[in-house]
Amino acid sequence: MLSAEEKAELDRELQQYPARQSACIDAMKIVQRHRRWLSDEALRDIGEYLGMSVADLDGVATFYNLLFRKPVGRHVVMICDSVTCWIMGYEKLRDTLMNRLGVSLGETTSDDRFTVLPIVCLGNCDKAPTLMVDRDTYGNVSPETVEEILARYK
Amino acid sequence: MEKPLTGRMRSDGEPVDLQEYERAGGYQAIQKALGRMTPKQVQEEVQRSNLRGRGGAGFGTGLKWSFVPIGPDAPRPKYVVCNADEMEPGTFKDRLLMERDPHQLIEGIILTSYAVEAEVAYLFLRGEYTLAEDTLARAISDAYRAGYWGRNIAGTGYNLDLYLHTSAGRYICGEETALLNALEGKRANPRAKPPFPPVVGLWGKPTVINNVETLCNVPHIIRNGADWFRALSRSPDGGTKLFGASGRVKRPGIWELPMGVTIREVIEEPAGGMQDGYALRGLQPGGASTDFLTTEHLDVALDFNSIAKVGSRLGTGTMIILDDRTCPVGMTLNLTHFFAQESCGWCTPCWAGLSWCEQILAAIEKGNGRSEDLGHLEFQTRFFGLGNTFCALAPGAAEPIQSALKYFRQDFQKHIDEKRCPWKG
Amino acid sequence: MATVYIDGNRHDADAKQNMLHVSLSLGYDLPFFCWHPAMGSIGACRQCAVKQFKDEKDTKGRLVMACLTPALEDTRISIADQEAQEFRAAIIEGLMLHHPHDCPVCDEGGECHLQDMTYLTGHAYRRYRFQKRTYRNQFLGPFVNHEMNRCIQCYRCVRFYRGYAGEHDLNSFSIHHTVYFGRHEDGILESEFSGNLAEVCPTGVFTDRTLGQHYTRKWDQTYAPSICHSCGVGCNISPGQRDGIVRRILNRYNHEVNGYFICDRGRFSYEYVNSPERIRAPLVRRGDEREVIEKDEAVKIFAEMLGSGEDVIGIGSPRASLEANFALRALVGADRFFSGFSTGEQRLIELMLSIMQTVHVPSLREVEACDAVLILGEDVTNVAARMALALRQSARREPQKKALAARVPLWDDLGVRQVTGDAIGPVFIAFPCATRLDDVAEATYRGRPDQIAQFGYAVAAAIHSGAPPANTDASAQALVKRIAEALRTAERPLVVSGATLRNEAIIGAAANIVYALEREGRSAGLAFTMPEANTCGLGLMRARALEEALESRVQYGTVVILENDLYRRATAAIVDEFLARAGNVVVLDQVNTRTAARANLVLPVASFAESAGTLVNFESRAQRFFPVLPPSDVQESWRWITDVATRRGEFGSWNSLDDVTAAVEQEMPIFRGITAAAPPSSYRIAGEKIPRQPHRYSGRTATLVNISIHEPPPPDDPDSPLAYSMEGYTYKAPASALPFLWAPGWNSARALLKFQEEINGPLRGGPVGIRLIRGDRRGAPEFFSGAPEPVNAPERRWLAVPIYHLFGSDELTHWAPAISSLAPQPYVAVNERAGFRDGAPVAFQSDGATQTAVIKIRSEIPDGVAAVPAGLRETETLRLPAWISIEAI
Ligand SMILES: Cc1cc2nc3c(=O)[nH]c(=O)nc-3n(C[C@H](O)[C@H](O)[C@H](O)COP(=O)(O)O)c2cc1C
Ligand code: SF4
Ligand code: FES
Repeated sequence: MLSAEEKAELDRELQQYPARQSACIDAMKIVQRHRRWLSDEALRDIGEYLGMSVADLDGVATFYNLLFRKPVGRHVVMICDSVTCWIMGYEKLRDTLMNRLGVSLGETTSDDRFTVLPIVCLGNCDKAPTLMVDRDTYGNVSPETVEEILARYK
Repeated sequence: MEKPLTGRMRSDGEPVDLQEYERAGGYQAIQKALGRMTPKQVQEEVQRSNLRGRGGAGFGTGLKWSFVPIGPDAPRPKYVVCNADEMEPGTFKDRLLMERDPHQLIEGIILTSYAVEAEVAYLFLRGEYTLAEDTLARAISDAYRAGYWGRNIAGTGYNLDLYLHTSAGRYICGEETALLNALEGKRANPRAKPPFPPVVGLWGKPTVINNVETLCNVPHIIRNGADWFRALSRSPDGGTKLFGASGRVKRPGIWELPMGVTIREVIEEPAGGMQDGYALRGLQPGGASTDFLTTEHLDVALDFNSIAKVGSRLGTGTMIILDDRTCPVGMTLNLTHFFAQESCGWCTPCWAGLSWCEQILAAIEKGNGRSEDLGHLEFQTRFFGLGNTFCALAPGAAEPIQSALKYFRQDFQKHIDEKRCPWKG
Repeated sequence: MATVYIDGNRHDADAKQNMLHVSLSLGYDLPFFCWHPAMGSIGACRQCAVKQFKDEKDTKGRLVMACLTPALEDTRISIADQEAQEFRAAIIEGLMLHHPHDCPVCDEGGECHLQDMTYLTGHAYRRYRFQKRTYRNQFLGPFVNHEMNRCIQCYRCVRFYRGYAGEHDLNSFSIHHTVYFGRHEDGILESEFSGNLAEVCPTGVFTDRTLGQHYTRKWDQTYAPSICHSCGVGCNISPGQRDGIVRRILNRYNHEVNGYFICDRGRFSYEYVNSPERIRAPLVRRGDEREVIEKDEAVKIFAEMLGSGEDVIGIGSPRASLEANFALRALVGADRFFSGFSTGEQRLIELMLSIMQTVHVPSLREVEACDAVLILGEDVTNVAARMALALRQSARREPQKKALAARVPLWDDLGVRQVTGDAIGPVFIAFPCATRLDDVAEATYRGRPDQIAQFGYAVAAAIHSGAPPANTDASAQALVKRIAEALRTAERPLVVSGATLRNEAIIGAAANIVYALEREGRSAGLAFTMPEANTCGLGLMRARALEEALESRVQYGTVVILENDLYRRATAAIVDEFLARAGNVVVLDQVNTRTAARANLVLPVASFAESAGTLVNFESRAQRFFPVLPPSDVQESWRWITDVATRRGEFGSWNSLDDVTAAVEQEMPIFRGITAAAPPSSYRIAGEKIPRQPHRYSGRTATLVNISIHEPPPPDDPDSPLAYSMEGYTYKAPASALPFLWAPGWNSARALLKFQEEINGPLRGGPVGIRLIRGDRRGAPEFFSGAPEPVNAPERRWLAVPIYHLFGSDELTHWAPAISSLAPQPYVAVNERAGFRDGAPVAFQSDGATQTAVIKIRSEIPDGVAAVPAGLRETETLRLPAWISIEAI
């Protein structure tokens, strides 16, 4: 069952669309905001509310990049691996970060604090290399400043 | 030099708010157009302005609008969609427009909706643009409260709903018909064309899709006229354009310049030339999906036709600079990895061809290349070239590979011959 | 019509089609994957690339996808163009990157569309040197196997499963070169048409799981043209066998009936033929024991039991052929021949048949073209599944008109769906419970059978004021109006009904609606489902009702029961009494039914796979089926009866099926024409019979050399124009006698396109069945008078109505393991107001019989109605509908 909050948020989105199923991506984003990731149960809950099968939803969920069908940590770090960041030192930044957190791309730290994922160009190329933590974008990130950024997320 | 798009932006980086925007003449185009000009007249003004789409393809904006059925017998509702999915690597212009002057975009959307008699407009924003999301959300509700959209706008009887949709992330969502599927809550595979969106679009209804920057130009064209707009440009394409440069230049960034400035002017002036110790080897003039150019092209004008003449595309107008200390093979691999990963998986040449190319490039880069690989890459890029695939993603991916093989062939060969990347110690 | 040019040759083409359709129809070999003749074009695989030239002068041309290129006037394409050929070869190379080289162990090998296309494009050497992607496969239930590593991402499976069959538990997942087609988790596929995936998939991702259990290559099987015996739709099938074991069933294209698809009951029912429960030898009861006896002795005993013949009766069967029923009728005499329909069913069937004389009964192809449908009192999916699939397509007709108006051609599947979205046309369903077609219904009406009848009468009255009025509840008035309006304004309105609810008034109401439409000058179709393979044929014989025999109290000397388990036709008490009353009981049947177990003499009867005969489907189409298995100890009922008649010196001139069929035609004018339903056994092509074996079967003729180097002669088959051999010609065979499909270079099911007059058109080679009822008594028949007043439910009593299950209600499929594994356990479904808890064990009583079951709560069921599954193996037969009381236990 969707929580009352989830429902209320989704009901707001539903007003935007002529068809209920059109809101399914918003629905998954909302539920993910509340539950961090989309479990099978989450999809079932959404499916019930929107009149869609779990397969319908999963087909959509697995298409998109920002919908997580596996558990993630409290904070998601996304490092841009696209061309300008690559030119400007993505690999070094990635390696620093992975060493520092002791995980590879796609993994979650053992304290459940961070999941590190690659992301495509964040449109911050003039400040490459770039990464995002949750909803915050950071530019000109150097191996030195990474530490300070991570410290803001408990 | 006039900078209609960026001139109002604040130096502190904060967004221009409603009052500031109005003070600077904002929303006057709405007052001017709604009720005083017919939708057809708005279309004609834009058509005369020679505004060409800033999303990459450069299609005439007014012309596109004219395909929408108009009048009492037209199918309803009709839609306008702002394509703010900006995800092409090396492109960061729409973000600036949205974060710094959101009302300009909103006004553009309202005018465009009026011009095609749309009742609903969606702003399709990529999910990672959280600052733009917050900025736009605030601006949209401010504009609503000021009566710029909603019921009976400016007392003219014209109604428009405006919604902000944030995407769940995929480059293909920027392809306009895939975007429609994404907006309908589906897997974002592109759609068949024909029928084209202006006739059969969102939920089967006529829909206009325009890029953020395209839409931002509209209020200025309506306010100042088509002639003024054309005069801004140094080329037959109307207006100014946001140009950008990223990579090893001294001052990477985005600048509003007349259409038709040369590549050299951009790199040397606002971008400040190359960083010390780096030399220019090549560049992609308009994002990841455009063919490389080299130092011999520095005096080519940045407008749609001039760039096409030398075998590339203006694309989004944001240059990616390749310097002499960066491996062109590695860069091509990085670009190809992106496209292969973002292939929607619909048509064979794209999903099969791109992943194969990526693997070949990775092999070459690692020193496992074979002599036949280069010929094979050439063959593959023809294979997923224009017309052969279902949408323009794969043809866009072919461009950097093809041009890299043309201009940096000796680098590829060296990797194969030496069985290593010469840029790696 | 348009003039088009293909490789410089001028052709006339259907301008409403695309160039792939046109090229294939003309016989060109142009490879393709994602396009499907029934599902149209999506332009995904890019395999059908050709060069298109602007005009005569254009020599450069450009690559286009033939499947997306309309066949407009002066379209010029080249298939042979060098660049086009190279491109197509590159596509195959791309598709083969990750495709495993497992053809030798792949079930699809030898009939694989991907193999054929690979060969056609000339791709032979692998240049790809990197790792292939690998997937985890899923368990998808008893029908379909899953091997995702073979996938080429053509999207055919999901397009069929979701877009065509309307089910949602199979989907595409993920993106780029790793799109995954499957369920979101392991589990049984929910669609009743899942087996078609094996034929729709161009490679070996989805394969027939039952075939896999006794796997044999396509070319190692022998085939026969057959007709599905699992319901009254009469889908054409092609069973394959080897070593006396039926291996699988393939769809056999008949453009009027099943087209490209059959249902899972039809595809997987064959398993009962191989069942150990089959009766393989004659059995005679001596005391408490049953003894196996020789065939001759059995005939002798049978003859003796018939005695003078005076106190002998015969009971026919709606699942046996016309010839079998007719032979029994001839043996016992027309006035001692009883039909064998269930209690109460015969009246309804005769009523439907008489109505069919006065209306147009559409074929399934016509059903698909209907643009407004009312289903009155029938659960089509569970009674006539293939018809339900056709109705699903009807639901898209009205929305598709919008696509045509937007100048999107109907073959452009993506374009059409862009215009129509999920819109569905006017389809309405009136049934007591939810049905599997509800998702394409604009509205549904729930009521008791008597209320549904009233509802139907009301619709008729709303269409034409001369139709008798009816009493519907006020709440249904708006819906009645809407339905009347939709049917009246449609181009091709259709009413579907049937005998499931055992309600005469419903059938009368269905007829009245069509009559009303005709009075309004509209041409409407009326289709009745027929529950069993030969319900229609047996009904047309106009035999006496089984009840008369069961309830007559006459002491019959001998009762001959033809392929019929009477315990499924009436309550056990009645049947027990009847069988005890008879002097001798002779049962001819295929499996050891409860009735057979009570017989004094049991004769082993050939199944559809071992016999030839004629069936009449729901539209009164007489179609012939032929044996795929070589002769064995079992034989057709009509042959047993002929044997005994010959022994007794009666109708001795019947030597083959043709003789019996001719006798049917001669004796009963309603069957005029059935001899022409298929060619006679004397039919030859260039002096040869039609081979059942593909020519590559040749390797198998040597398998007995260790016993004798002389190749045994193929068994004789006096009943068909088919030979148990590979000699002869299939490509010229009449459509009704085409055993399998193969054409040079086309080893997969797609070889079909070489046998069609044009894509989606009739097969070359003549008629496919003969329509017996032609609606020639049309023209303002009298309206049926109104329905009886609805009755009020007695306190704490429920009207039990039978609910059919595609998997579970059909008798012979009880012995087909894959299907029977999906049959439900006995239940009674009521709504929550009945005061029971879901899953509670209960007992209910009717006709003095007590049945235990569990409660299923289904909130859509109206008050006072209980839905009871029909025909389950474990349950007693009740006379339904009946008022029952339900007690918790
Ligand atoms: C793969 C692909 C990605 C695209 N991404 C974008 C995008 O992010 N933003 C955009 O405005 N246009 C994008 N486009 C171009 C759009 O399809 C479309 O041409 C554009 O939005 C039209 O707007 P315009 O006429 O104003 O340029 C993309 C095209 C392709 C093929
Ligand atoms: S080229 Fe084909 S597979 Fe690639 S993104 Fe476009 S439609 Fe999808
Ligand atoms: S059959 Fe034409 S693109 Fe697949």
